[in-house]
Amino acid sequence: MANAALDPHAAIATTASGVGQGLLTTADGKPLARALVRSQRRARRRAFLLVLPLLAFVVITFVVPIGQMLQRSFYNDGFSANMPQVSAWFAATERGTDPDDAAWTALAQDLVASADARSIGVVGTRVNYDMPGTRSLFTATGRQVRGGLEPPYREALLEINETWGDPRLWSVMREASTPVTANFYLAAVDRTRDDEGRVQQVAEQQRIYVTLFWRTFWLSAVITALTFVLGFPIAHLLATLPMRQSNLLMILVLLPFWTSLLVRTTSWMVLLQQQGVINDILVWMGVIGGGQRLQMIYNQTGTIIAMTHILLPFMILPLYSVMRTINPSYVRAARSLGATSWTAFRRVYFPQTLPGLGAGAMLVFILAVGYYITPALVGGSSGQLISNMIASHMTGTLNWSMAAALAALLLGAVLVLYWLYDRLVGVDNLKLG
Amino acid sequence: MAVPTYASPLERLWHYTRLTICALIFVFLIAPIIVIIPLSFNAEPYFTFTDRMLSFDPEGYSTRWYSSLLTFGMQNPDATGWAFWSDAWANANWIKAAKNSIIIGVFSTIVATVLGTLAALGLSRPEMPFRRAIMAILISPMIVPLIITATGMFFFYSNPCELLTLIGLDPQCGRLAGTYLGVILAHATLGIPFVIITVTATLVGFDQSLNRAAASLGANPRTTFFKVTMPLILPGVVSGALFAFVTSFDEVVAVLFIAGPEQQTIPRQMWNGIREQISPAILAVATLLVIFSIALLTTVELLRRRSERIRGVTPR
Repeated sequence: MANAALDPHAAIATTASGVGQGLLTTADGKPLARALVRSQRRARRRAFLLVLPLLAFVVITFVVPIGQMLQRSFYNDGFSANMPQVSAWFAATERGTDPDDAAWTALAQDLVASADARSIGVVGTRVNYDMPGTRSLFTATGRQVRGGLEPPYREALLEINETWGDPRLWSVMREASTPVTANFYLAAVDRTRDDEGRVQQVAEQQRIYVTLFWRTFWLSAVITALTFVLGFPIAHLLATLPMRQSNLLMILVLLPFWTSLLVRTTSWMVLLQQQGVINDILVWMGVIGGGQRLQMIYNQTGTIIAMTHILLPFMILPLYSVMRTINPSYVRAARSLGATSWTAFRRVYFPQTLPGLGAGAMLVFILAVGYYITPALVGGSSGQLISNMIASHMTGTLNWSMAAALAALLLGAVLVLYWLYDRLVGVDNLKLG
Repeated sequence: MAVPTYASPLERLWHYTRLTICALIFVFLIAPIIVIIPLSFNAEPYFTFTDRMLSFDPEGYSTRWYSSLLTFGMQNPDATGWAFWSDAWANANWIKAAKNSIIIGVFSTIVATVLGTLAALGLSRPEMPFRRAIMAILISPMIVPLIITATGMFFFYSNPCELLTLIGLDPQCGRLAGTYLGVILAHATLGIPFVIITVTATLVGFDQSLNRAAASLGANPRTTFFKVTMPLILPGVVSGALFAFVTSFDEVVAVLFIAGPEQQTIPRQMWNGIREQISPAILAVATLLVIFSIALLTTVELLRRRSERIRGVTPR
């Protein structure tokens, strides 16, 4: 791989012949400084060329697709592309203008054209995002107007369905008439625009996303704290035991790490069920009566327990690798100077574990925030996280723009944490097993 | 770790309390994985130990869930001999899923390992420009929530040529979603961070002057790589490849979003089984997967020790 000619030291070694003419030169008479710069540039290019195939691969299969997906969060031309005339009317008039004859004509002609082009469903889907129930209005009207519609258009459309006269529908269509919109982001933080275009909160029973974001962050914080409480004693034990014993015990940490995520989730479903092993043991021990079996799964408790178990190795491994490097004589010195074991631990040992603690906590938190599989299987309805909502918009309601807006917010949060992790810990310090 | 001789009685008490706490945490870590093994031999369709199982009555145990795994999806499960096994090989759902998982896992591992090892070699050179930023991009598939990755891939793989229309071309190309190639590429992307991490970690202890020595003795870059570099970093490459394989073998979100019915893998089959109606047959699969991961873990541990021995890095 490394070629002797590329090595800067080799260039220096050949300078002897050039000394004496004032300027240091290489054997073939070129100025040394320039030769050095050239050889370094070539070395840089070689290194970069090794990375390039992978970088291109990751950019094409990962970065660009995510970028494309995020584009949907602020760009949706489902209405504007298929309803050009009425979109033009919206662009030419002020917000709040009542539809005049020109507007009705434009709407009717667009509806006919769109129905003939069979794109009316797309238009209806777009409007339906902001005003539930309108998709069928568009498709039903489309069926009736296919082939043409007689003026006067206003009366004709109102006869088909009175909703066409609803000012709210017109206001929603106005919002949808520009392909670039911030409305999906507004919706993702439980905000909407009223008829005059002012941003306001949605009705109380529809406020779900902000709660869900808070729940995601709160549960992730709880899980991170639990992995710390459980992981710290284990990492400490492993770091202080002799190598042979600690290697054996390490297998108990690594086995869950290597076991399939679905297997671990399944085992928790089996253990935590009302007719499951843990409830059986509790009943057998007489802690609870047979009639009061605990509901430990399909709720937040289930999500917390299963995710803590799954993410625990990610806390133990960085803590362990830092604790291994802590010199035990510091604690001994503290003790010999009169510190109690608690003081020695608190003032001397614990501060030295902080780098590992920070690395583990950030990793666990980042992974927890985006978890999907485990909450979907054991979370019931109260243990769902924001990822589950993204999935349900992708596969259930098919509101892809909404899914993209939620994904963008989640991704923003994760990237900020990742940036912090890189600054504080450094991605090249990430270790596995 | 013994109690020091100067410890007070209270400290002794605390020492043993701490060991007990640690033991309990180890139970928490390992019990969920162990407990499904006996439960998968339950003769009844329950998820708990029956009285007969607890009294070690052989009647309480059976391998019925394992045989139901095998026969699920077969056309003629009552056949015997050769007919039975060829039917199982061709039609049994779990065997098909296992074949898919292995095909997808092997090919995505090859892609991830080859590209990842090359990149790790470049990243480990001191003269690599933008090292930190590039490293951050290459590791990001591990950090970005899987659901976001899968969503992005869902759109991209259903129309991969949309990308080219942005630069003014209008090519015709098929979908990648619902094909083996699509799933393999997606899993390769997800496995890459693991290869990068393990191989760069191996290269940290790598003595670059060995390469110079080889070059000065007349070896060309290719010979140097295959005769000097490769044997030394091989353990790291293999454990990176194993990580990439496990990532693919265990991955379900991307499969749910971009695979078609032809690419049914083991995790996806499990996911369906858990969501629809969970039966102890799932525990039988889980048991087999636990045995599989024990085998992998052993391999990786042996490789790690071998690597430390070769490179002369002995742990403290």
